[in-house]
Amino acid sequence: MTVPLLIGITLVSFLVMRLAPGGPTDAATDLNVKASADARARLTKLYGLDKPWPVQYGLWLGRLARLDFGKSFKDDRPVLQKIRERLPATLALNILSLLLIFGAAVPLGVLSAVKQNSLFDRTATVFVFVGYAIPAFWLSLLLMILFGLKLGWLPLSGLRSLNHDEFSAAGKILDLAKHLALPVFVSAFTGLAGLSRYMRNGVLEVIRQDYVRTARAKGLPESRVIRTHALRNALIPVVTILGLSLPDLIGGSFIFETIFAYPGMGRLGYDAIIARDYPVVMGVGTMAALLTLLGNLTADLAYAWVDPRIRYAR
Amino acid sequence: MLRLYLRRFLGNPLALAGAVVVLSLVALALASPWLSPTDPLQQDLIHRLQPPSPAHWMGTDDLGRDVLSRVITGARVSLAVGGLAVGIAVLLGTLVGVLAGYHGGWVDAVLMRAVDVLLCFPTIFLILMVVAFLEPNILNVMAVIGLTSWMGLARLVRGETLSLRERDFMLAACGLGLSTPRILGVHLLPHIVSPIIVAATLGVGGAVMTESALSFLGLGVQPPWPSWGNILTVGKDYLHIAWWLSLFPGLAILVTVLGFNLLGEGLRDVLDPRLGNE
Repeated sequence: MTVPLLIGITLVSFLVMRLAPGGPTDAATDLNVKASADARARLTKLYGLDKPWPVQYGLWLGRLARLDFGKSFKDDRPVLQKIRERLPATLALNILSLLLIFGAAVPLGVLSAVKQNSLFDRTATVFVFVGYAIPAFWLSLLLMILFGLKLGWLPLSGLRSLNHDEFSAAGKILDLAKHLALPVFVSAFTGLAGLSRYMRNGVLEVIRQDYVRTARAKGLPESRVIRTHALRNALIPVVTILGLSLPDLIGGSFIFETIFAYPGMGRLGYDAIIARDYPVVMGVGTMAALLTLLGNLTADLAYAWVDPRIRYAR
Repeated sequence: MLRLYLRRFLGNPLALAGAVVVLSLVALALASPWLSPTDPLQQDLIHRLQPPSPAHWMGTDDLGRDVLSRVITGARVSLAVGGLAVGIAVLLGTLVGVLAGYHGGWVDAVLMRAVDVLLCFPTIFLILMVVAFLEPNILNVMAVIGLTSWMGLARLVRGETLSLRERDFMLAACGLGLSTPRILGVHLLPHIVSPIIVAATLGVGGAVMTESALSFLGLGVQPPWPSWGNILTVGKDYLHIAWWLSLFPGLAILVTVLGFNLLGEGLRDVLDPRLGNE
């Protein structure tokens, strides 16, 4: 499944890029009156853009098999190297926000379900609807005004302060945490709403089951019933949803990283799209797809761990 | 049946609230040329970046334009993009879903694998790519949002079609020798229309959000024409001196998306109680 998926995804990206009018050579030659048609043709040939697109795609796939993503049109550096520089920042952002989402959504959902229709549950419901509807980039702006400008607690952009090198080790970690706080929070906030809702519905469904009644009947304390009998079963759909929400989370990076001037892969991809740096766009697209697939795989494995009835063929 | 729906609808406060918000927005968008206090494009460089006041309820922007007028006109842009994008998605999603579910076999396999592939793709990346490589304008934005958001609907419609395909009335229609378009259009479609309406209503909220994000990044509706997203772009540039530029357009997006989501959830409860939350 993975290989056809990967081919499908890269083929779509490739087609979109090649079928669009204009190209990287335009950007390089349009503003230069001295660029002759001849120079243009040579540039096109240099980039391998003169061949028909199926050939170009075949060549690209061939190089990909050797983990060669090509070189950036812009600064001639290998795409893989550019991605490798940016990937840790994006991974850190996404993993931290996933942890935050999971860590907050599970207790939130369980509490709402256990105290169904209480004040807490209603407040949580309002929060969920607002969380769904709030545009992440707007929330970022508001938080930047509040914490960055009015209160001055957190930096507005980037990943490191200008005087980063002068800090001690602890200071460096604190500096990093301060820079990560807003992007991670915003990225987690929107995902949190949906997941806590699923968690709530999952628990509501499970606590009506016979085995939960049995657990209660044999006199177990309520907390134990919820924790060991209900929770694990309620987690099953949540794990699936978490896996499905990965493309959105990774897609969100393209927006957050641009807003926060965060030096991650999303911003690299955005800049490459604007500059029509084809090899970098393809590289980032492939990487994003790979991360999504990896996430889905992890979700599948977690699925088997949560639900012992599921066994994958040996 | 309709009366039952109406009674359930009126008895559902969330759905009602959503309907009120959505209807007001539609009215606002339709009447925007008459409702906006000034021309949304008219500049007034002497009164630039004014905070909210009785003359300008939401203040003025960097070129002295009235923010309230721009936000009102922005409603038109957002709803038009949201509505048309969802229209495209509904058409495509229903077509693919019905085809896959009814035909089955290799058609189903091929279409659903394609849906899997597209669902794995970070959609926003695809949208950014298409809009940036083609010309960023309102038509392209509409088209690309529609073309990238039909997959969930296709899955939904396929599932419904599969479950209906072997039902007696479908077999009867088939046995009568009706043509396939007639079976699908007259006999199948009415049964799957409620989940489609629910998904479409929820989809408008998502499309409005995507449009504003694109416009915010400078890849959607182009200035000077106002969109909630591109007013926010200016807001970002003047973050430290003009909070009103960031606050109001965002609130408009929030209210709009919230309205459509409430209406969608409400419609789900009304049209199909078995899909409801409780």
